[in-house]
Amino acid sequence: MVRNRKLYEAIIQFLIRVCGYSAVLFVAAIFIFLLQAGLPALVEIAPSSLLGLRWYPITTQYGLLPLLYGSFIITFGAAIFSIPFGIATAVFIAEVAPRWMREVLKPFVEILAGLPSVVLGFLGYLVLAPLIRTTLNLPTGLTALTGSILLAAMALPTIVSVAEDALDAVPKSYRDGALALGATKWQTIWRVTLPAARSGVLTAVMLGVGRAIGETMAVMMVTGNAAQIRWDGLFYPARTMTATIAAEMGEVASGDVHYRVLFLIAIILFLITFIVNLIASSMLIRAKKRAERMLS
Amino acid sequence: MRRACRFLPVILCLILPACSPPESSSATSSNAITDRGSDTLVNLALAWAETYAKIDPSVSISVSGGGSGVGITSLIEKTTDIANASRAIKPEEVQSAKDNGVEPMEFIVARDAIGVIVNPANPINQLTLQQVSDIYSGKTSNWKDLGGEDRPIVRVSREVTSGTHVYFLESVIRLGNSKDTTIFAADTLLLPSSEGIMSEVGQNPNAIGYDGLGYITPTVKKIRLSKDPAGPFIEPTVATALDGTYPISRDLYMYTNGEPTGKVKEYLDWILGPEGQKVVSDLGFVPIS
Repeated sequence: MVRNRKLYEAIIQFLIRVCGYSAVLFVAAIFIFLLQAGLPALVEIAPSSLLGLRWYPITTQYGLLPLLYGSFIITFGAAIFSIPFGIATAVFIAEVAPRWMREVLKPFVEILAGLPSVVLGFLGYLVLAPLIRTTLNLPTGLTALTGSILLAAMALPTIVSVAEDALDAVPKSYRDGALALGATKWQTIWRVTLPAARSGVLTAVMLGVGRAIGETMAVMMVTGNAAQIRWDGLFYPARTMTATIAAEMGEVASGDVHYRVLFLIAIILFLITFIVNLIASSMLIRAKKRAERMLS
Repeated sequence: MRRACRFLPVILCLILPACSPPESSSATSSNAITDRGSDTLVNLALAWAETYAKIDPSVSISVSGGGSGVGITSLIEKTTDIANASRAIKPEEVQSAKDNGVEPMEFIVARDAIGVIVNPANPINQLTLQQVSDIYSGKTSNWKDLGGEDRPIVRVSREVTSGTHVYFLESVIRLGNSKDTTIFAADTLLLPSSEGIMSEVGQNPNAIGYDGLGYITPTVKKIRLSKDPAGPFIEPTVATALDGTYPISRDLYMYTNGEPTGKVKEYLDWILGPEGQKVVSDLGFVPIS
C-alpha cells in the first residue's frame, strides 16, 4: 500500500516536472530551429547585401534595414498613441470612475482585446485609410500611421487592464494618507498612486508594445508594405518584418536563400520580443520584491 | 494528488495526436483531387470544381489559393495533385521537383489579360507600355507629366509572391527584355490581395494599379494600352485578348506530377474541352482557342 502510494507520487511528480520543463523546452526548441534555418543566411549572403536599403527578393536584394525601420516606426507610432491613452484610461477606471461605470467599462475593454485583428484590419483599410489620406492630404492612406493607430487600438486593452490591476493593487492607505495631508485628488493620483504602481504600469506598457511588434494581419492590410526608409516615414507606406514573413513564406522553397533570410528575420523578431518580455518580467519581479520588503 | 490526476487525460489528449504519423494530404485515393496555387486562378478553379461536381458527383475537388509559388512548392512536396500557376514553372523549380522524384507536366488551361487601372476620377484614358513602365520604375512620379492633373502617382502592385507581379515585371516594366534589370520603385505599395488593389485604386485618385481582367471591378477605370506611341490604344477585353491586339496577356497553367491518370486526367480533359472553356469566358478570363 505504502509502496504503491510512493510509486504513484513519483509518477505524478515526474509528470508535473515534465509539464514545467516543457515550456522551457518548447521555447528552446523553437529557437534552435530558427537558428538552424536562419543563420546560414549570414554566410550565404554578403553582409553588405543584408545591410542594403532595398528589399526585393526577386532580384536577390535582401536589405533588412527598411524592414527593421518599418517595424520600428510603426511600433513607435503605436506606442505614442497607446501609452498616454491607455494609462489615462486605466487611471480613470481605477481611480476616478464611479463603481457602476467601472463595472461597465472593464468588461468592454476586455472585449476589445478579443477582437480578431483581421476585423480591425478591414475597418482600417475601408474607413481609416481613406480618412487619413483626405484629412492629412497624403498621396495614399495606406501608411505607417494607419498601421500605428490600428496597433494602438490593439495594444490598448492590454495596457488598460494590466495597468488598472496595478493601480488597484496600491494599498488604500496610500491614498488615504495623501488625502489626509491635504493633497487634491489629482495630486494623489499623479504623485502617489501612479508612482506606487510604476512597475506594474511599465509592465503593462511593455506587454502592450510587445503585442504591437508581433502583430501581422492588420498591419499587412493597411500599411502598403513598401519597404522604404525616409525621415517622414510615419506618413508614408512601410513594410514590417512580420508582414514580410507572412507574405513571402508561402512562396519560398525550403532551403532556398530567400527562405533562410525570412528565418533570419524571424530570429531578429524573436530576439526583440524576447528582450521586451525579459524587461517586462524583470520589472514585475522587482515590483514583487519591493512589496514583500514593505510588508515585512 | 487527485487534482493532478484530473489533468492527466487532458495532457494525453494534447500529446497523443502529435505522435501519430503525419498524414499525407496528397490525395492518393482516386476520388479526391487537391488543387492548389495561384490566387489569380483560384476563382476559376473553384468554378470549374463546382461545375464538375454536377457532372461527376463521385469526385471531390478541394481548391485553395496562396500564390503560384505555393502551388508549385506543394506539387514538388507531393501535397497536391494539381498546381495552379499564373506563370510558367521556373527551371530551378523543375530541378528541385526532379530531385524530389516529381515530373511536372504542364497544361495551359486559360489566358488572362492584365488590365492597367486608375481611379475613375483620373482624366487619363490611355498610356503606352513605355509610359506604364516609367511609372512603375519610378521615372514618372506625377500625373501631370502624362497630361493629367498635378497629383503624385501612387503605384499599387500585388505582392512579390504573386505570379501576376512577376509577369508584370518581366513583360511591362522590363518590356520583355530579359537583360533589363529595372525593378519596381521602392515606394510601390505591395498589397496582399486583389480586393486590396481594387479598393485602393477605387478610392484614391492618385493611384495606378494592375490586375487580371477577371478581378477588375467596375469601381476602377481600365486604361487603353498600346505598344507603339502612335497607337492604336486597345481596351482590355476578352475579345481583344483573344485576337491578340491587346498587348499584355499571358497563359495560365495547371501542373501535375507526370502524365495524369484516372480522375485527374478526366478532370483536366474536361477543363480543356468546350464545357470547361465556357466557364473560363463566363468568369471574364480568356479561353484557349
